[in-house]
Amino acid sequence: MTEFSFWDILRNLLLAARWTVVLSLVSFIGGGIVGAALLFLRIGGRRGIQLLSRGYIQLFQGTPLLMQLFLAFFGLGLFGIDVPAWLAACVALVLWTAAFLAEIWRGCVESIAKGQWEASASLGMGYLQQMRYVILPQALKVAVPPTVGFSVQVVKGTALTSIIGFVELSKAGSIVTNATFQPFTVYGLVALIYFALCWPLSKSSQLLERKLNVAHRNH
Amino acid sequence: MTYHFDFGWLIESLPVLLKGIRITVQLILIGAVFGVALGIACAWVRALGPKWLRPVVATYVELIRNTPFLIQLFFIFFGLPSLGIRMSELTAANLAMIVNLGAYSCEIIRAGIQATPRGQFEAGASLAMTPFQTFWYVVLVPALQRIWPALSSQIVIVMLGSAVVSQIAAEDLTFAANFIQSRNFRAFETYIVSTLIYLALAILLRQLLAGLGWMLFPRKASR
Repeated sequence: MTEFSFWDILRNLLLAARWTVVLSLVSFIGGGIVGAALLFLRIGGRRGIQLLSRGYIQLFQGTPLLMQLFLAFFGLGLFGIDVPAWLAACVALVLWTAAFLAEIWRGCVESIAKGQWEASASLGMGYLQQMRYVILPQALKVAVPPTVGFSVQVVKGTALTSIIGFVELSKAGSIVTNATFQPFTVYGLVALIYFALCWPLSKSSQLLERKLNVAHRNH
Repeated sequence: MTYHFDFGWLIESLPVLLKGIRITVQLILIGAVFGVALGIACAWVRALGPKWLRPVVATYVELIRNTPFLIQLFFIFFGLPSLGIRMSELTAANLAMIVNLGAYSCEIIRAGIQATPRGQFEAGASLAMTPFQTFWYVVLVPALQRIWPALSSQIVIVMLGSAVVSQIAAEDLTFAANFIQSRNFRAFETYIVSTLIYLALAILLRQLLAGLGWMLFPRKASR
């Protein structure tokens, strides 16, 4: 039997952590794009479309991410595609992230005073123009801290993709544990790596919130 | 798409599903009660407690909030036995949920405590109450009332997150779904059904917590 040094364990975990980072970035960017589309439908579309996007958000916020991963994994398979784990992971995480981001951003848009909508409407702006020139520039400032805060949830969410067989940090942790029989060290290290990824995001979200709050008070 | 959906397995698998639902409900009930209790204790320490204990609690909260629940669960179930601490799957699942919710609810409840006007503490002191008495009799209930919606959402999030305890073979709803689909080979239908059950549980839990809040805090919030 080969012996594994502490360095071997750490190196393997760090190599796998790259995939956690990649998957987080894909989910966050993809989720941001889908979420923005969802936001436009949720607050501006026709009544039926509004209800539909609201239903979508409720569905994804009211069910476990793990179930969504399973459904993406087996659901895509129904179309006769041989689904690799990374594809199911990306699809589920993007859709899940989109639902949460759309809801966060909706809160930010709704925090903009109603008079702003009315003022821009009185200038003859259409819905898209109102959003582009008046509402979004203001809402963006409010949206930054909670969006950065949510990115922590995305990074943590990627841990679940290990269950459908995507080899990222958590899965690597299980594999290394099975090889070394040192669960305490390995899972401790895995936790610390996640912490190193998430903590800067949490902290910057808090700092941004404080900073932007100060700006708000000076108005 | 030439796939034919088949839900015929549902009737014979019902007992397994029901057992899974029972375990999931049991997990979240125990987790919520003890998790929120732990959260209140930690919030007290962080806002008003002994100075030397504050960094300890702050570290606990930051560690838990910045690592995935799955890893916390694995650490408790697989990691702790090497220190001689062994427990059953259900105990480990419960413990992980309590520890997890404790950290999140600590931050939420602390926000509620910090929103308490200073005058309330001073009023308590002027009635010769100890700081702890002021916290317990004057500050806590309005603070909980203020943050009740946020706390309720967090409890629902923990309930949905509990799906991963199936990974240490705690026999919750997801475990039941995995078991059923390994027998009937109808993975998609099985997960659709269990996803809908989770959705129903989440809606139910939200209503239940709203009702509980209405019962616990009958008076209007003092501002």
